[in-house]
Order: sequence, then C-alpha cells, then structure tokens
Amino acid sequence: MKMTGAQAMIQALEHEGVTTVFGYPGAAICPFYDALFDSKIRHILTRNEQGAAHAASGYARAARKTGVCIATSGPGATNLITGIATAYMDSIPLVAITGQVATDLIGSDSFQEADITGATSPFTKHNYLVKSAADLPRVIKEAFYIASTGRPGPVLIDVPMDIQADCFEYQAPGPVSLPGYHIRSGVTSAQAEAFAEQLRQAKAPIICAGGGIISCEASPLLVQVVNKFQIPVVTTMMGIGALPFDHPLYLGTLGSHGVFAANYALNKADLVILIGARVGNRAMGAAAEIARRAQIIHIDIDPAEIGKNIKPHLAMVADARDALQVMLDFDNIPDFADWVTTVQDIKAKRAYTTRLDQPSATIHPPSLMRRLGELAGPDAIVTTEVGQNQIWVANHYPIVMPRTFISSGGMGTMGYGLPASLGAKVACPERTVIAVSGDGSLQMSIQEFGTVKQEKAAIKFVLLNNNRLGMVHEIQSLRYSQRYSQVFLEENPDFQLIAEAYGFAHAKISSNDQIDQAVQAMLAYPGPYLLECQIDPHEPTLFTAKKEGAQ
Amino acid sequence: MNQHILAVLVNNHPGLLSKVAGLFSRRSFNIESLAVGVCEVPDCSRITIVVNGDESMVDQVIKQLDKLVDVLNIERLPQGKSVQREMILIKVQAESTTRAEVVQIAEIFRELTGQADKIEAFIKLLEPFQILQIVRTGLIAMPRG
Repeated sequence: MKMTGAQAMIQALEHEGVTTVFGYPGAAICPFYDALFDSKIRHILTRNEQGAAHAASGYARAARKTGVCIATSGPGATNLITGIATAYMDSIPLVAITGQVATDLIGSDSFQEADITGATSPFTKHNYLVKSAADLPRVIKEAFYIASTGRPGPVLIDVPMDIQADCFEYQAPGPVSLPGYHIRSGVTSAQAEAFAEQLRQAKAPIICAGGGIISCEASPLLVQVVNKFQIPVVTTMMGIGALPFDHPLYLGTLGSHGVFAANYALNKADLVILIGARVGNRAMGAAAEIARRAQIIHIDIDPAEIGKNIKPHLAMVADARDALQVMLDFDNIPDFADWVTTVQDIKAKRAYTTRLDQPSATIHPPSLMRRLGELAGPDAIVTTEVGQNQIWVANHYPIVMPRTFISSGGMGTMGYGLPASLGAKVACPERTVIAVSGDGSLQMSIQEFGTVKQEKAAIKFVLLNNNRLGMVHEIQSLRYSQRYSQVFLEENPDFQLIAEAYGFAHAKISSNDQIDQAVQAMLAYPGPYLLECQIDPHEPTLFTAKKEGAQ
Repeated sequence: MNQHILAVLVNNHPGLLSKVAGLFSRRSFNIESLAVGVCEVPDCSRITIVVNGDESMVDQVIKQLDKLVDVLNIERLPQGKSVQREMILIKVQAESTTRAEVVQIAEIFRELTGQADKIEAFIKLLEPFQILQIVRTGLIAMPRG
C-alpha cells in the first residue's frame, strides 16, 4: 500500500498501541501533524516542548506504557532535551519524535536546524536519524521495543521533512532484530544458593528497593518476600511506593534528605540487598564504606550498574521480579526478630504527631503532606517538583501504592511536576492527581496551566509558598554562613489571580487548623484547583540528617 | 594504570563514531588511541580502542560500550596473546650531511609498521635529527589463533 512517511509514522504508532501523545507543532514536523489530523490518536498540545516531554514521562509512569512526545526541528527539539535527560536518569520509557530539516539541507545550518541525535546521545538509550521513509515502520517498532524493555529509557527518532512527505510502498516490519541489543535476566542456581547462604549468615539484613521494583511491577513480590522472611526495607527516592508507607517493615527513604531510621538501618546492617537501585550519591554517599562494613548483594537488570557505584560481594544481572521469585524459595532462613525490633524502635521514636489543632502563622509542611495523603486516599497520584517540596512529599506523604509517587529523582528537574501531573491525569482521568510545588518550581513550567485549562484536567495544585528558592536558601543557611545569594522571589505574582486567570478554583491558607477543611474542599471540587499554603521560610528539610549524623 | 586493548565490532552507521567517542569523554574514560576501519562483516566496522585505567574502569568501559545498540561485539585482547601493529609516517629535516644516516636508519626498519615499542625505538633514533611531523594510525590488534 502506498503511503507517505508521515502516514506510516501514524500507522506505526497505532500499531504500538499509542492512544495519546504530547507535542508542539512546527514547520519541519508539519507533514506528521497533517497525517495526525486523520488519526484517532489524541494529541495534547503543551505550551512548551519541555512540557510535552515531562507530560509524556508522567503519562508513562502512571499508565505503565511508553510515553510519546513530538516536537519540530531546531528549538522544538532542543526544548525536549531536559525532558529526555530527566526520563533517562529515572529510566522512564519514552519515545521522542522530532522533525528535522530536509535531508539536502542537513549540515548547512539551515533555518531551525539542530543536530538533535548528536545532542541527545548522552541522554538516550538509542537514537535514529531516519534517511529513508521505508525505514520508518521498522525504526518506530525498534524504538518502542528499546524504550520499554530491559532497563527502560528514552529513544529519539529524528525524521527529516522530506522523508515524512516521501511516498513509498508500505510494508509491515518483521520481528525486531537488534543483534547489538541484549537483555539479560536470570539467576543461576549457583547464584541463588550463594544468595540464600548470605541471608542465612546474616543477622541484620536489609533490602534497599529502587526504581527497578516499580518499573517491573515487582512490588507484590517484594511484599511477599518481606512478609515471609521479615527483612526490613529502605527505599531510594525512585523506590518510594515499592512497599506501602505503613508497612511495619518499611523504614523510609535513604540518603542525605532521607529519614533517620532508613539511614540508621543501612549503617548498622550486615547484609544489604540492593534491588533495582543504582546506588546514586544522593541515596548512598559513602557506598565504599558501607561495602567494607556489610556484605553487599546487588541485583540489577543493567549490567553496567553492577560495580559502578559500589563493589558488591555478590551480583546478579536480573529483573527484580526474577530475583524476588528466587528469594521466595529460600529455606532455612533464620529469624531476624532482634534486628527488626531494633529498627522498628528507632522508627517509632522518630514518629511525630501532626500539628492540626492549633492556629499558626504558617503551615507545617510535614503535617500538610500527611493529611493530603490521608484525605486523598491510597490510589491518588502525587507529583512533585524539586526542592524542599519534593523532600516533604517523599518523607511525609503516605504513599501506599507503586506508581502513585511521580518525581524527578536522578536529574532533579524543577518544572517536572506540573507537566508530569498532566500526563498522569490524562493516563488516569478517574483518579485524584495532586501536584505539589514550591513557588520557585511552579513558575518553571507555569505556562502548562494553559494546557491544563484546555484539557479541563482536574488536577489539584498544592503550592508551598515561602517566597524563595527554599532548598538553596536552606543550603546557604547551613553551609554558606547565611549569605543568601539570589534565592528571594519577593516580587512573586499573586498566585490566586493566576489561578483565577486560568479559570481554576483556588484558596489560600496559612494556619494548620485550616488544613483539613481546605484539603477536603479542594478534593471535592470537580475541576482544577490551586491551594496556596503559606509556609515558614525557615522550615528545614535536612533537620533529621544534620542533627542526627546520618550520612 | 594499565593499558587495555578492545576490539569493538560496530554497525557502520553515520554518527556511530561520535557516540563511541562521546561515551568515553562523558564518563571520563581515558582513550590512548582509537583506530577504525571496515572489516570482514558487511556493513560493520571494527574499532581498536586502547584505554588506560584500572580493572574496574575497563570493566565499566566494556559494559557501557555494550549498552550502545550499534555496538555488536566487544573483545578484550590479552596483551601476550594478540597481534598488534601500528603504522607511522614521519618527516625529518634531512640536510646533505645527515641524509645518508637517516636513510640508513630507515633501511633498518624497512617499513614503518610494527608494535608500539618498535615505533618508539624508531622515533628515538630519529630524534637527533629535526623531526618535522609525525602521523600515527593508532594501534590495531587482533587475537592470535
């Protein structure tokens, strides 16, 4: 059947089961948008290409599918880069499609030309510059395969304008054949026995659950393993949701901005079982020291993660599910009751009570997070920006289910949460979606309020306003002698008026005794809502870590 | 710091070399030399890469290279069990008084391909004369047997 390259692209996307894409048109991608006009695929027009990439990432995480974003050549493509890099760091499956100038113009610095395959090489699992329309069906099929298998990640396809317009005889692509792309997963019986023996020898084991548990849907197996052997669990930021917040063996998030009990357990454990965690410096600052003190077992689907940041005593290149399935068959595992009691006591001692009854001058962010989660319920999805707001959500919002916490973990991208919440809401329109932000980060993607309005997406925006860049302010307070350099946002706009301008319902609170009623009103409202909460600018996030000597 | 030789089979795509080179620079791997050319596999090239580093670094180099979809195979060549050659072109200032000596040195080596130490020895011999320009191919290597 004769068709254009652009029509073949649409057909290939439909074959991959794509129902929703996020994008922004421009001249060099016009043939594609023309073909899209006849398709059932829903296109969401963001206000900046970066928003399209982040929204596609939020969509991917909530929908358990590969997200798709589209941009034109040149600035459209370069605007995607932060979104692509963010997805790469957090292993989120994404296919980015960019228009490119016509093939005969490539290399001549023509209008809106940018070498986007060159620019995105460091942040993509793979990328393509398509030189023939006949290659498009195969390339798109491969791109989805690469993005979604093994350790997921973004793939970019750059399609010159003339290739989109070229007519060719369409042929359905055969099975994917990529001799240079290997997925290895499996635990040998020798590894399984060595693993079991390590656990039999251990007195104080912990499991450190990373994003790999979430991305391969291994949470139910983790719960079984943990319940069966009574092993305490800590998570990285990407692993939040691997075990329910209120599980008695869950100790919290690791790292400089994590919780005390989790860091304590890591430092006292004699066996650390890392599953789908890459031991980033934010989670484990002193990895080498931990490896000297404890036995390390590292399980990851990406062989390159083994030995990169920590030298394990036993390593398995495997999917988290495969590894946990193997663990379920372990026998003669001793009882870790003393160790469990120790860490549970530590956790209990640090528990705090929410401050809700008394009037106050400002909102206490941890109390707000606790109530937000309790009132929104376990299946609500919460997105965060990056900064103090992210840490408060990570440590205090009760995340119960996997994929309900959506945040930029590795890249730490401000401006991620708002568009990601849109992607999540589009993926799960029936569920509550809450987007938590600070006043700095909200303004980094605030133009996407326009997309929210256009899509009538009933997202609940919770703004923690302290009129400053709170996290940098906190760093400057602790480490730079209170020399506050460029952190004040004193001329913030009136966010209530901004909400009004976009037709969102809105409210503003500053006292803890208003939290419950305000959150309930927000959740009950059927449309988009901005709840602005005035918080204390000196409220720290690093309090526990600093005072209590966690690494 | 040891020297490691890798023979890397890659799809012959435009842009592939920049992906490989970019990987080395962004992960701070230290390339000593890189030689690339078409090979016996259709549409493929073989790159010989010499890297300096400890064992854990070369392990990371291999694993990261393996993640590139267009990298088909990576072979680590053991020092003693591989054939290694490098080629050099060298231009020297040859005056009427020294020309005969330079030609004589060149005669000893005949053709300037060889293992790295032979190349180094040749450069040393010519150093007393004024060397004007040197071009080296970088090492190419394959396993014996």
